[in-house]
Amino acid sequence: MTRETTAKAKMPLDGWVIAAALVIGTFYATLTAARTEDPVMSVHAYVFAGAFLLGIFGIIKAYFDTSESLATQSADAPIEYDLKVVKAGVIASVFWGIAGFIAGDTIAFQLAYPDLNFDTSFINFGRLRPLHTSAVIFAFGGNVLLATSFYVVQRTCKARLPGVFSSWFVFWGYQLFIVVAATGYLMGATQGKEYAEPEWYTDIWLTIVWVVYLLVFLGTLWKRREPHIYVANWFYLAFIVTVAMLHIVNNLTVPVSWTSSKSYILFAGVQDALTQWWYGHNAVGFFLTAGFLAIMYYFVPKRANRPVYSYRLSIVHFWSLIFMYIWAGPHHLHYTALPDWAQTLGMTFSIMLWMPSWGGMINGLMTLSGAWDKLRTDPVLRMLVVSIAFYGMSTFEGPVMSIKAVNSLSHYTDWTVGHVHSGALGWVAYVSFGALYCLVPWLWNRTQLYSLKLVSYHFWISTFGILLYITSMWVSGILQGLMWRAYDDLGFLEYSFVETVEAMNPFYWIRAIGGAFFVIGSLIMAYNLWRTARGDVRTESRSLAPEAVPSPVAAE
Amino acid sequence: MIKHDVFEKNSIVLLIGILIVVSIGGLIEIAPLFFLESTIEKVKGMRPYSPLELAGRNIYIREGCYNCHSQMIRSLRDEVERYGPYSLAAESMYDHPFQWGSKRTGPDLARVGGKYSDEWHKEHMVNPRGIVPESVMPGYPFLLDAPLRFNDIKEHLEANRMVGVPYTDEMIELAEEDLRAQVDPDGDTDGLLARYPKAQVRNFDDNAKVITEMDALIAYLQMLGTLVDFSAYKAEGPELR
Repeated sequence: MTRETTAKAKMPLDGWVIAAALVIGTFYATLTAARTEDPVMSVHAYVFAGAFLLGIFGIIKAYFDTSESLATQSADAPIEYDLKVVKAGVIASVFWGIAGFIAGDTIAFQLAYPDLNFDTSFINFGRLRPLHTSAVIFAFGGNVLLATSFYVVQRTCKARLPGVFSSWFVFWGYQLFIVVAATGYLMGATQGKEYAEPEWYTDIWLTIVWVVYLLVFLGTLWKRREPHIYVANWFYLAFIVTVAMLHIVNNLTVPVSWTSSKSYILFAGVQDALTQWWYGHNAVGFFLTAGFLAIMYYFVPKRANRPVYSYRLSIVHFWSLIFMYIWAGPHHLHYTALPDWAQTLGMTFSIMLWMPSWGGMINGLMTLSGAWDKLRTDPVLRMLVVSIAFYGMSTFEGPVMSIKAVNSLSHYTDWTVGHVHSGALGWVAYVSFGALYCLVPWLWNRTQLYSLKLVSYHFWISTFGILLYITSMWVSGILQGLMWRAYDDLGFLEYSFVETVEAMNPFYWIRAIGGAFFVIGSLIMAYNLWRTARGDVRTESRSLAPEAVPSPVAAE
Repeated sequence: MIKHDVFEKNSIVLLIGILIVVSIGGLIEIAPLFFLESTIEKVKGMRPYSPLELAGRNIYIREGCYNCHSQMIRSLRDEVERYGPYSLAAESMYDHPFQWGSKRTGPDLARVGGKYSDEWHKEHMVNPRGIVPESVMPGYPFLLDAPLRFNDIKEHLEANRMVGVPYTDEMIELAEEDLRAQVDPDGDTDGLLARYPKAQVRNFDDNAKVITEMDALIAYLQMLGTLVDFSAYKAEGPELR
């Protein structure tokens, strides 16, 4: 990257490299569009070509519009953080979050009232369910992680992101991945592996984007003006490199041809099953846990205005968590054709995993020491703290469910779905909402949020929704598990399968209504954040809390 | 904890440390599955999917059936009584990807083959609640009208061979013919049956004019769990839990 500030307009190095890559990409995508007979590939080739052209156009436009500010800063100038890309990430997070929540609630209603599938291909449950999971995990969660990691790494390193266009390439490249993956599901392009549904070409594109993401992150660490790498960045780094490893290995695949959207996964049967759940469980462990723990380690101390409870605990918690998570995959395959030794090993590590998880929870909660009174007055901090409480609850429930005897009842039932959502809604979404409520005033230079009261409404409405969700899924899951294994007096199975389906109906309704509350909460948040960004402040009868830190300087 | 400084002050050391720590578990758990002979049982009857079955399997994957149906009967008493002998690793040895599933919103399908008639499957797919009033399954009437795309079926078999499915040159060469032969009960099926023993030859959707996606999907469902000869391998025994 060029370091000197020149008066003359000069295209930065990463601009050249990305523009050249996009030109090649446009050419290749156009060629594919011309040659393919596969309708899905045809659509996607045009999408890629169009997006690449827009990218080239964007780089040229930026070069002519603001050529003077394009050169990166000299080493000793005061730091001017790269916050525009963080803002973009915040907006994308809110947008994809709402889209993903609505998709989820739609399929919840489809289960309660199946006519909502409308007998069509594009929006039946089987195609919408991957759309929902990918939208909330990768589109919402992924954008929250992109935005917060770009923010936190700059602040805690006292350094700007390297390059000029690289971080934008990561941002827009990631949005392109989301759009291609999502439209692919609707058109029926899927690898048929949960949470790894995107087909081979989408996976290759994500790999490219991810490598640049790693380089941007590492580049900021290399430029840091702080001697130590802050704990949040350890978690972000572990999230980025481990997700890269998982993604590449689990998606090793042979395409039917270069112009076909269909591919066949390299591994088969039992090996594929364990590879998939090694990936699947660590998508939870590294995408939805390590990454969001990084958010906890920055935003909770910041909002509470207290240092992290224990430095020593962070170290132990970090290394033990990332070591143990990797082993936990086989608990998704209890009593299956996976060899018993692997099942037992997976169960053992899953139970041990309880300890590092709670180490993290304790470190997060105890950071509030001396600031507990703020929970009463600051609904944003309340959201963050409740997210840690949900984290503690679901990381206790998880090890319990990984015990083979419990799993024989819970597996294949809604209990699993409920467990996932107590983690996803209670932990991941809440810690994200907390971070977004902190970030928007900081990024748009507002002294406070538009309305703390609305934050409070959001909190209570969505908490009510989550409780409806997880309690109904506990009841339906355990009920169905028990019905499947119930015997009558004569020693026959008591219930036919469809009787157990019928018994689920009331709980499917309760769950769908709970989901609707959660959606409403997120809409309130979107409104509140939008008004905040505009600079509005709502006059509220009782001023709740003074905003924790109006304009933060580097954390540590 | 002074020594932890090494990780905190050097991003590359931290990166390498992370990579080592997260690699260990996967290597110890997954790698042996490729080498331990006991992982996949020796059974009689397993063969690669016929071209029509493979095409049907791809429809199954495309529609996301795995989101609600498992194909893995666990070694538990009630499951074996409900669904049949517990699933063996050998039974999915040619499955790229595996379709064991993780949720049973609908019943397990590992041994659904032969349990219902073709007519039942067709009607059930077109209007699930017409057959099972309490069902929450989406309807798939469009499969009945969609002609099956199989002009590249040969390449599909080739890709499968590249990932390890033992398709022979002959099977690949005759893929398209075999696919047509399987829905034509009046044609010559000796070659098909020699290449794919136990392949069921029928006009699955009762429409002889065109090979539809419904044909392929029903052909796939009707062969699920029917290949392994369980008179030679006991999967109901006393080890049930």
